[in-house]
Amino acid sequence: MTTGIIFNIMKYSVHDGPGIRTTVFLKGCPLTCWWCHNPESQVKEPELMFWDSKCIGCGDCLQECPNGAIACSGAKLQYDAQKCTACGKCAVVCHSGARELVGRFVTVSEVMKEVEKDVIFYDQSGGGVTFSGGEPLMQPDFLKSLLMSCRGKYIHTAVDTSGYARTETLMEISRYTDLFLYDLKIMDEDLHIKYTGVSNKLILRNLKELSLCHEAINIRFPLIPGITDDPDNIAKIGEYTASLKGISQVNVLLYHHMGADKYYRLNKDYPLQDISKSGSIIIEAAAQKLEEYGLKVRIGG
Amino acid sequence: MNERVTKLRQQSLDAVPYISTERAELLTRFYQEDKTTSLPVKRALSFKYILEHKEIVINDGELIVGERGPAPKATYTYPEVCCHTQQDLEILDTREKIPFKVSEEAKAVYSKEIEPYWKGRTMRELIFTHMTEEWKDAYEAGIFTEFMEQRAPGHTVLDDKIYRRGFVDFIEDIEKSLANIDYLHDPQAYNKQQELQAMKICAEAIITFANRHSQKAAEMAKQESDCKRKSELQKIADVCAHVPAHAPRDLWEALQSYWFVHLGVIIELNPWDAFCPGRLDQHMYPFYKKGLEEGTLTAEDARELLQCFWIKFNNHPAPPKVGVTAAESGTYTDFANINNGGLKPDGSDGVNDLTYIILDVIDEMRLLQPSSNIQLSKKNPDAFLKRACRIIRKGWGQPSIFNADMIVKELLNQGKTVEDARNGGASGCVETGAFGKEAYILTGYFNLVKVLEITLNNGLDPRTGKIIGLRTGDPREFKSFEELFEAYKKQLKYFIDIKMRGNNIIERLYAQYLPVPFLSILIDDCIKKGKDYNDGGARYNTNYIQGVGIGSWTDSMAAISYHVFEQKTLTMDDLLEALEKNFVGSEKVRQLLLNKTPKYGNDDDYADEFLKLIYNAFYQEVNGRPNTKGGVYRINLLPTTCHVYFGSVIGATPDGRRNWEPLSEGMSPVQGADRKGPTAVIKSASKIDQVLTGGTLLNQKFTPKILEGEEGINNLAHLVRSYFKLDGHHIQFNVIDKETLMAAQAEPDKYRDLIVRVAGYSDYFCDLSKALQDEIIARTEHQSF
Repeated sequence: MTTGIIFNIMKYSVHDGPGIRTTVFLKGCPLTCWWCHNPESQVKEPELMFWDSKCIGCGDCLQECPNGAIACSGAKLQYDAQKCTACGKCAVVCHSGARELVGRFVTVSEVMKEVEKDVIFYDQSGGGVTFSGGEPLMQPDFLKSLLMSCRGKYIHTAVDTSGYARTETLMEISRYTDLFLYDLKIMDEDLHIKYTGVSNKLILRNLKELSLCHEAINIRFPLIPGITDDPDNIAKIGEYTASLKGISQVNVLLYHHMGADKYYRLNKDYPLQDISKSGSIIIEAAAQKLEEYGLKVRIGG
Repeated sequence: MNERVTKLRQQSLDAVPYISTERAELLTRFYQEDKTTSLPVKRALSFKYILEHKEIVINDGELIVGERGPAPKATYTYPEVCCHTQQDLEILDTREKIPFKVSEEAKAVYSKEIEPYWKGRTMRELIFTHMTEEWKDAYEAGIFTEFMEQRAPGHTVLDDKIYRRGFVDFIEDIEKSLANIDYLHDPQAYNKQQELQAMKICAEAIITFANRHSQKAAEMAKQESDCKRKSELQKIADVCAHVPAHAPRDLWEALQSYWFVHLGVIIELNPWDAFCPGRLDQHMYPFYKKGLEEGTLTAEDARELLQCFWIKFNNHPAPPKVGVTAAESGTYTDFANINNGGLKPDGSDGVNDLTYIILDVIDEMRLLQPSSNIQLSKKNPDAFLKRACRIIRKGWGQPSIFNADMIVKELLNQGKTVEDARNGGASGCVETGAFGKEAYILTGYFNLVKVLEITLNNGLDPRTGKIIGLRTGDPREFKSFEELFEAYKKQLKYFIDIKMRGNNIIERLYAQYLPVPFLSILIDDCIKKGKDYNDGGARYNTNYIQGVGIGSWTDSMAAISYHVFEQKTLTMDDLLEALEKNFVGSEKVRQLLLNKTPKYGNDDDYADEFLKLIYNAFYQEVNGRPNTKGGVYRINLLPTTCHVYFGSVIGATPDGRRNWEPLSEGMSPVQGADRKGPTAVIKSASKIDQVLTGGTLLNQKFTPKILEGEEGINNLAHLVRSYFKLDGHHIQFNVIDKETLMAAQAEPDKYRDLIVRVAGYSDYFCDLSKALQDEIIARTEHQSF
C-alpha cells in the first residue's frame, strides 16, 4: 500500500477550487517562501508544534522525552529543537494538546476514507478534493495513487502546486488531475531565489509544458506587500500567463497573518515580521492590471 | 420601507413591555358575578365579556388593527392559569433580563382585586397539589420542566379555513353539529352541547370584537382631517365590518381576519407559541393574484400591508413568565413562526411571487417577531433558497430553514394523510405539525444529562444530596459499558414514567377546567366532534417530550466508554472523583476528556454511535405511549433556553464540562467540540433517523467572511441541500464573529440592536443571560482561510 506524509485534512474547504472540497495537505516543500502561512508544510518529516497557550504546566512531557529535548527553566518550558527527534512521545502524554506532532504517515485508503465522507457535498456543489501542501508533487507515487483512487470514485480532483518538480513527474500526474491550481509568484529569477529559495526557471518551463497538454489550469498569484506586488512583476505575470494556451483564470491570493503563530509554535523565525495587509486600492490595481491581459481575475482562492 | 412603516416599526421597537391588568380585572369581575355552571360556557362568556369591554386601539397610521392590551407591548396576565404574587410582580418589574414594567397602580389592582380572588383557584396551584412527591423531587432537581404550569397548551397553527369562510359560516357548522347530537345514545351529549354552545358564543364574540374596531375606525374617520388617513380609516371600518365574520375579499381583509383570530386566541388564554398563520405565502397568494389582476392592488401595496402585519406581531411579547418557566424560555419571543415555500397540497412546488415579497419583508423589517422560516423542498428553486441565504448572511438568525420533504415524511410516519402532511409545516422553534388539524403539545424539556448524573451517583442527586432516582448500583462495580447503559435506561424509564404520570393528570385538568372554545373553532375536527381542543377535539393529538443535552450526553458516554472501559486510561473511581471535585486538582483528567476523546460533531463513528444509542433509548422510552386525548407521545430535540437552566443544576460531566455550565443545545454538538467544520457536523447529525421525531434543531455558527460573495451564498445553499438530502429536519445559522459578540458583552449599550440566533428563535444578544451569551460565544465558529 502506498503511503505518504500529510499534515492535515481540511473539510469544507471553499477556497481551493470549485464547490465544497476537502483539502489534503501533503507535507514537504522544496520552497521556503517568506510569506508561507503553512510553515509546518515545509519539512518532509514530522515536527513538533508547541502551543504555549494550551500548556497547563503538568510537566509530563519532561519525564517522557527520551532525548532530554525539553527542559524546565523557571515557569517556562524550554525546547531544544536540536535534540528533538520528533518521536512524538511527548505529544502522546500531553492531554491538553499543547504538544502536537505535526505530520503523520498515512495510507492511500486512510486518506480516501476521510475524503469519501463528504461525497454528498461534492456532488451537490460541484466540489471535490484538492491536494495541496507543501508541494504534493514531492510525493509523486502517493499523489498519483490518491488521484487514481479519486478517479475510480468519480471525485473531482485539484492539485495545488508550486510547479517545482521534475517535468516528467508533473506530466505523469497531469494525466490523473482534473484541475491544476498553479502558483506563480515572482517573475524575476533573482528575486524568486531570494524570497522562495529556488529559481523560477523550472516552474515557468513546467507551466508552459503543462499548458500544452492540460486544459484546466488556474494560476494562483499571492499578492505579498513589498515582495510580489510590484507593478512590473504583476505585468510580467499577466503577460506570461496570457501567452500560454488555455489559461483563463488568475486567482489573486491575499496575504494574511494567520501563519505567524505557527512559526512561533514550530520554534522558527517568521521572515515577514513587519508587513501589513494589502490595501484595497493595491488589490484592485493588481486585478485591473491582470485583466488588461484578457485574463479572468478573481480575488481569493 | 415607507414613512408609515418606518414610524410604526420604530414605535414597536421603542415600546417598553409592561403589564396591563385590563384582562385580569375584566376576568375577575366576570368570575365574581357569573353563576354559569358549565365550564366551557363560563369560559366562553368570560371571553365574550373581555372582548366586549376591553379598550379598542387603533394606532396612528396603522392599516392592520387590533392590540391584545391597550397599547403596543401592553402585556396581559392570565390569573386563572398563574396568579402573579406581589413578589412576582416585583421580579418582573426589576429583573435585568426580559423585564415587564409594573406600575404601582397595577400592583395595587393585583393586591386588592386579583390576588384575593384567584389565590387557591389557579391552574398552577391545582397542578402542584396533584403532583406526587417523586414528581416534585424530579422537577426541583431539574430532571424535567413542566410547560403547563404557567401557560396553557397551545402549540398549534392555523390552516386556510378563515380565508375561505367566515365565522358566520363556522356558526352554521356549530349549529349543524348541535343539531346532530344524539341525546338518546351518546353519553357525551351534554358535554358536546355545552362545548358547542361555548364555541358559538366565542364565534359571535369575535365578530362583535371586530365590529367594535369597525365602529371605532368609522368614528376616527369622522374626526380625521387628513384626507388620506380619513379614507384609510373608512377602509379599516369596512374591513372590520366584513372580517372575520365573512370570508375575506382581498389581501387587506385576509390579513386583518387572521389578526383578529390571533388576538382571540391570545386573549382567550396564554397558549404556548401564541398562534401562527402558518403557510402565509400560500394562503395570501390567491388574494394577491386577484388584486393584481383586478388592478386593485400593487406589489408595493402588498408589501406595505404585510409590513404592517409584521409589526402587529412584534407589538405582542410572550406573556410574562417567572421561575423555571422563565429559565426554560427566557425571551420576549412568542414563537409565531411564519412558513414560506414548501409544497402545495398536490405535492408541487409551493413557491410563488408572494413568497419572494414576504422574504423581502422579513429582510427589511428585521424584527424579532414574527419568527420566520423557509420550508425547502427538493422541488423548490435554488433562487428561493439563495434569497433566504442572503438574509441569513446578514447575521440576525432569520429565516431558519426546514426540510419540507422531511416534514411530510415525519407527518406521514405519524399517520397523517398526505394532504394534511403537505399542508403542515414547522412551528414554534422546530416542531412539526399538521396545520389547522393538530394539537401538538410540548409538555416539557427532559434533562438527558441529569439522568446520567443520577445514574453515575447510584440514584443520588449530588447537588442536593437527596436520593431521587433508583438505586441502580455503584458504577465503580460495573464491569462493562453495557452495564452502565442498562442502569441509565432504568433511570430513564423511571423518570419518564414520573413525567408522563404528571402529564396525563395535567392534561385532564386543562380538559376539565380550562377549555378553549374559541381556539376549538379553528382546529379541525373540534366542531365536528363537539369536543374541546384541550380535550382531544383536534383531528390529531400529539404530545411531545423534548430531549435536551444530547450532545453533552453523547460526549460524556463516549468518554466513559473510551477511557474507562476500552483504553483504561482512567478508572471509574478516578473519573467520578474528578467530577465530584469539579476537576479541581485534576485538570489533566479534564484535558484528557476534552482533547483526547472522540467527540460528536466530527463525523467520527466512534462518538456518533453514542448519539444513536441515546437517541434510540429516548425514542423507545417515549414514542407511542398513549396520552389522554386519543393520541400518543413523541420526541423532539430542541431546547429554547433550557440547556442553560439544565446545565445550571448539573455538576461536572465526563465530557470535561465544569459545574453548572450550559449543556449542548438542540442536537448541536457540545460548544467547541466540533472541530472538523460544518460538513462533519452535518454528517454526524444525520446519523440518527430524524424522521422518527417531531423536529430536531441544529445550529451552526459561521464567521461573516466565509459567506462573502456569490460563492459564499452558493456554498451555504449547498450545505443546506446536502443536509436535507441526508434527511436533516432543520438547520440554522449564526453569522457573526466572536469579536463582535465579546464587544457586545463588554459594551451592551453600543450593541442593543444586535440580534443572534439562540436555539429555535432569534433574540437580542443583550437580552440574553450572561450564561447564554457565553454559551453562544463558545459555539464553534466555522471559518476558512
